[in-house]
Amino acid sequence: MKKILALLLAVVMLFSLAACGGASNGDDIKVGFICLHDEKSTYDLNFLNGVTEVKAQLGLKDDQVIVKTNIPEGDECYQAAADLVDQGCDVIFANSFGHESFMIKAAKEFPEVEFCHATGTRAHTEGLANYHNAFASIYEGRYLAGVAAGLKLNEMIAAGKFSANEAKMGYVGAFTYAEVISGYTSFYLGAKSVCPTVTMDVQFTGSWYDAPEEKNAAEALIAAGCKLISQHADSMGAPSACENAGIPNVSYNGSTVEACPNTFIVSSRINWAPYYKYMIETVKEGGKIAADWTGGIAEGSVVLTDVNTKAAAANTAETLKTVTDGIKAGTVKVFDTKNFTVNGAALAADHKADVDTDDNYTPDTAVVINGIFEESKFRSAPYFDLRIDGIKLLNEKF
Amino acid sequence: MFKNALKNKTPLIRVVKRGRDALPWQFGILVRAIAIISALIVSGIIIMMLSGKNPIEVYASMFDGVFGTPRRIWNTLQNTVILLCISLAVTPAFKMRFWNCGAEGQVLVGGLATVSVMMFLGDKLPLPLLLVIMLAASVLAGMIWALIPAVFKSIWNTNETLFTLMMNYVAIQLVAYFLKVFAKDGSGVLKPMPQFGLPVIGKYQFLLNIIIVAVVTVIVYIYLKYSKHGYEISVVGESENTAKYIGIGVKKVIIRTLAVSGAICGITGLLLVGGTDHTISTSTVGGQGFTAIMVSWLAKFNPIYMVLTSFLIVFLDRGAGQIATKFSIPSSISDIVTGIILLFIIGCEFFLTYKIVISKSGREEK
Repeated sequence: MKKILALLLAVVMLFSLAACGGASNGDDIKVGFICLHDEKSTYDLNFLNGVTEVKAQLGLKDDQVIVKTNIPEGDECYQAAADLVDQGCDVIFANSFGHESFMIKAAKEFPEVEFCHATGTRAHTEGLANYHNAFASIYEGRYLAGVAAGLKLNEMIAAGKFSANEAKMGYVGAFTYAEVISGYTSFYLGAKSVCPTVTMDVQFTGSWYDAPEEKNAAEALIAAGCKLISQHADSMGAPSACENAGIPNVSYNGSTVEACPNTFIVSSRINWAPYYKYMIETVKEGGKIAADWTGGIAEGSVVLTDVNTKAAAANTAETLKTVTDGIKAGTVKVFDTKNFTVNGAALAADHKADVDTDDNYTPDTAVVINGIFEESKFRSAPYFDLRIDGIKLLNEKF
Repeated sequence: MFKNALKNKTPLIRVVKRGRDALPWQFGILVRAIAIISALIVSGIIIMMLSGKNPIEVYASMFDGVFGTPRRIWNTLQNTVILLCISLAVTPAFKMRFWNCGAEGQVLVGGLATVSVMMFLGDKLPLPLLLVIMLAASVLAGMIWALIPAVFKSIWNTNETLFTLMMNYVAIQLVAYFLKVFAKDGSGVLKPMPQFGLPVIGKYQFLLNIIIVAVVTVIVYIYLKYSKHGYEISVVGESENTAKYIGIGVKKVIIRTLAVSGAICGITGLLLVGGTDHTISTSTVGGQGFTAIMVSWLAKFNPIYMVLTSFLIVFLDRGAGQIATKFSIPSSISDIVTGIILLFIIGCEFFLTYKIVISKSGREEK
């Protein structure tokens, strides 16, 4: 009796499996999204807006997209992913760094479903056919934002507000991870490309979202003589401190022009819709999703907001367009080793970075090709973590 | 003159505790059932107004979210037993009127102790021995975290509500600190170590957790109801002076009870870290230490009722989460529904315990 039951069960399972497999080929593709928080967090809102956008682009129906919000970075993430598999999802995406281990666990258990993870680092070393990482080359966006900052500094120098040697920027960062270092370095290099004398102070807060701490950090930087502030953290702390002090601000994650009409210059952000579109269409066509995918300006993954003409220097929009075209054409390289030094020396041609994450930051991959530090080429998440000259880190406790 | 008149006036509405005129228990059950049903109706109307969906469909999807698939049933059971275990932990202290608001931190340090043992001894010891050390470490850590405020309370009569509450933040920051030390890749995320976790029975990831909590429930029930300790706890809770008069060492009882409370919290930490996540983060307990207070109160400190109240909370939480997912409405709906239902339940408890007396004449003077 038991045997017959087991056999019956096996048959049923086979059928349901076949039914699932069939689904991925047709138009009835189903996509699951896992978000750490909900729309109240700017970070998650950016992902959720991408979902809305791709739904419209691909004409997906409501029941083809399942979004699970407030999924913590623990076993709940694995449970949520498994539940999405139960609901018939063909591809599942998770948005927070700490989800990675649990997505890998789910990917191992459900080889017939594709798992995609934003900001993760382990797809290229895990060797799973159905587990993938994605990021955007946001350093391109930050470089452009830096250009806008440099132009503003030039304008203020020309107006006699301070001398060229006093052109110092301030930057509020969350942690001393490669993601943040890569971000502020590209921002600085963008500014330096138009304002050669610029220097920068960086203050870390130890949190991705801490409005009072970010505000304090920005105010301290302004008090220390910084003429312009930018930030890599998710609250309105730094932008509002700038608006109060009348100091120009280059923002992140989206426009803050409504709250800061007099000081907001421009902001860069990642648009996730292009990756979603790529991942969904690839699964639909039965293709293979890349283990690491990095979208840039050309793909529409990195976008700039409109320039606020009230605060930005004249001709900022035009200059940004020229530089954008340069990046798209490959003539402008953000991490060109000719443009920066580390401890007074140029970067060695055989410099290695820690791409295959390990506990000791072992440099394992040669990343300089033809004089260019190739960021996000060997994996999608950033790995540029050099302390270059001209940037002073005020604290490294995080 | 006027002032005096006001003073002597009996208020128009008074709240009086029901004494001999307590309501029959059948009536109590009826009232509670009506309260839950009306809460469901009110939250249904609100959901309908917010999402424009038919409430029947909304309730159906709630059930679907909780029982829809075998996996969902297991998840519901798992969430229930974890919440239940924390509620069981705070109950002995509550019965003694020691307001232990520190379960969040006590569970977290239990988890931290577990994860530390897994990290540093995991590959050095055979698994059975490792599990014993994990259990001992988690119980000890939870105990210490509960004993600190208990000792201060019994010696210097410090305020335990504030003390235990503050200890939560110390625990959270400790975890944040050790994550920084443990996760050497600088990401602040500790990779799970399932190889050093509690054993899995068959294919059922959560079965062991469920069995352990079931055993703990029975033990706590017997401990509170039939043991001498349990009796002492009740007496201290009713009146410290009575307890002193009949020769109960109040200080000793406070310290001993908090040791029990902390130990069960430590076990929950073991179940969460060793039996579920295999890693730790500052949000591993996720506020359940506070929800447990409500679960324990709603069940009137009875461990058997707590099975029902913790299930009710988990049902609401998971069900409302499914509503938010299915109808793409903000997940705050979950908190709204839970709030409404709890308001009705607590409200009906109030009217069952107290009665409202309306004076016949507002100007009645004594």
